Amino acid sequence: MSRIKKIFATDTYIIPLIAILLGFLVGAIVMLIGGYDPVAAYSALFKRVFGSPYDFGEAVREMTPLMFTGLAVAFAFRSGMFNIGADGQVMIGMTAASVVGIKLGGVLPAFLLVPLAVIAAGVCGGLWAGIAGYLKAKRGINEVITTIMLNWIALFLSNYIVRTFLLLQGQNRSEDNPASLSMTFLFSTFDNARLHWGTVIALAAATFFYVYLWKTKQGYEMRAVGLNPHAAEYAGMNVGRNVIKAMFISGVFAGLAGAGEVLGVFHYQSVFAASPGYGFDGIAVALLGLTHPLGVILAAILYGTLTYGSAGMSFGADVPPELIRIVIGSIIFFIAAQGIVRWVLKPFYFKRKKEKVL
Amino acid sequence: MEVLGQLLNTTLVFSTALIFAALGGIFSERSGVVNIGLEGLMMFGAFAAAVGGYYAQEAGMGEWAPWVGVLSAMAVGVIGSLIHAVASITFKADQTISGTVINFLAAGSTLYMVKLIFDGSGETPLIDGFSKVSIPGLSKIPVIGEGIFNSYPTTYLAIILVVVIYFVLFKTPFGLRLRAVGEHPSAADTLGVNVNKMRYIGVMLSGLLAGIGGATITLTTTGTFAHNTISGQGFIAIAAMIFGKWNPLGAFGAAVFFGLSQAIRNYVQLFEWSKSIPQEFIFMIPYVLTIIVLVSAVGRSSAPKALGEPYDPGKR
Repeated sequence: MSRIKKIFATDTYIIPLIAILLGFLVGAIVMLIGGYDPVAAYSALFKRVFGSPYDFGEAVREMTPLMFTGLAVAFAFRSGMFNIGADGQVMIGMTAASVVGIKLGGVLPAFLLVPLAVIAAGVCGGLWAGIAGYLKAKRGINEVITTIMLNWIALFLSNYIVRTFLLLQGQNRSEDNPASLSMTFLFSTFDNARLHWGTVIALAAATFFYVYLWKTKQGYEMRAVGLNPHAAEYAGMNVGRNVIKAMFISGVFAGLAGAGEVLGVFHYQSVFAASPGYGFDGIAVALLGLTHPLGVILAAILYGTLTYGSAGMSFGADVPPELIRIVIGSIIFFIAAQGIVRWVLKPFYFKRKKEKVL
Repeated sequence: MEVLGQLLNTTLVFSTALIFAALGGIFSERSGVVNIGLEGLMMFGAFAAAVGGYYAQEAGMGEWAPWVGVLSAMAVGVIGSLIHAVASITFKADQTISGTVINFLAAGSTLYMVKLIFDGSGETPLIDGFSKVSIPGLSKIPVIGEGIFNSYPTTYLAIILVVVIYFVLFKTPFGLRLRAVGEHPSAADTLGVNVNKMRYIGVMLSGLLAGIGGATITLTTTGTFAHNTISGQGFIAIAAMIFGKWNPLGAFGAAVFFGLSQAIRNYVQLFEWSKSIPQEFIFMIPYVLTIIVLVSAVGRSSAPKALGEPYDPGKR
């Protein structure tokens, strides 16, 4: 009991919770201004997510790529880099999974084919991000600009590969992919919601994230480079190598998101009309989760719940689903500007803490 | 030759919005505040221009209606940038995070408002926008006349602003203070410069300029505002700013480069030989070229030294 109390007495936990409440409050105010009923809207949102086994399963499906891209952005952040390119790495991962799955589909048995497709997605995503890491380490080129450029290149390269090598005749998508990550044994329970092993891989990735960064020497170096590259270099660490390695691992996470989408959800790959946007949502998830792996998973759950539920909000209460972006934006705002939350909390909380010290 | 003139003209149409937004980014980042929110600020601007322009047109303001759109975009852009300024300067929030917040709030609130104002429609009504203005005499020069001196008024404004902002940043006391605050805030503070005030000005100017950038897109290209009106231009503007080494002239060059490659995309398909190259490779050219140019020529990027650090007077 005292331990639980301790957890809640630390502002690391209380501030995000208050921020979430304030975010919902801002959303409610915006709805009131627009003449909508916030209570009906929010209950429609949660009813949509938790109303049926199918919707719950689909909400989990929605959360999965967000976990991966959130981890990707958070990992790069911890090592002092801003990976805006998770989107491109996801697309490259998707394409790699498609190429391996479709081209080797007739050759390899499933127990080899599926892991190979997943690994290919992770490695290719990692290498794609590694380009930005390499250019930063060797040439000092800002990773923000290279990852933005690589996003566009990934989009067109993926489309080229799908159109030229994998196209289903007369369609704007690839052939069906025989490699499957679907959790078919859950389909009857969840009414054919597209649940897949990617979710489990994402949780494993989060565990890896934590163990690697906080329990290994390599991870210690990486965090040191992230906190202060000059000090790390002075202490004899190879900054450049750590930068490349961190970007590679970050890209692996994003690439795995692509594997999950292609092998678990769609079972084919469409020609992209525009950026799918997983990477940009990943930035929000990483920030919501305070760039900690556990936080990222929780943030992805929150984010997925809100975005999946927002469709219910427009059916149930006629509120434009875009409202949810205002809620998410406000939550991130309050987490970032903790000064405001502290100010709101001051009368109840921080005063009490001070008394204890005296 | 005629094609060359048209190509130049299209290039400038595409570049104009990027020039405005990149100039805005320069003001913010030169003062030491990272502005990843340019995309959102452009969205605010594009939205405000579509709505403001629509009502001005309905009110019968004719040719002046687009200018009302530009003014609304400036106002809404500044208001949007204030969120970033308050969070990152006053409350010392992480600047990357509060910039991301802008992107989210813009994407959500603009479409929410469009649906509120126009009865659930996801797009604003089509408006006339700007028409091209030829400059007498100069527009008769071959190639350049057709290319440059027969453009939208916003393009002329952008080119003039590049020169003006270059002058302001590097030749006036205000510019010196703004840059000092971004390079070494505590030294600037010692000399009596109000660090936070300069940063507020930098961020608000970025909102103003990115707002005009967004307005340019609705008033010269699309004529409406919808969810995909601004899709990545803000990030390209950030790239142009970094590519141009946080210098107005450099950013101008980079923005024109991105505009040119987008224009080439439209023109290359007129030629027979282009059919033999997969279209995706043509689309890729600008982005690949940017990386190649960065690798071979630019080298170490020279960001303002205090970029990203909230100013804390007690810190040494």
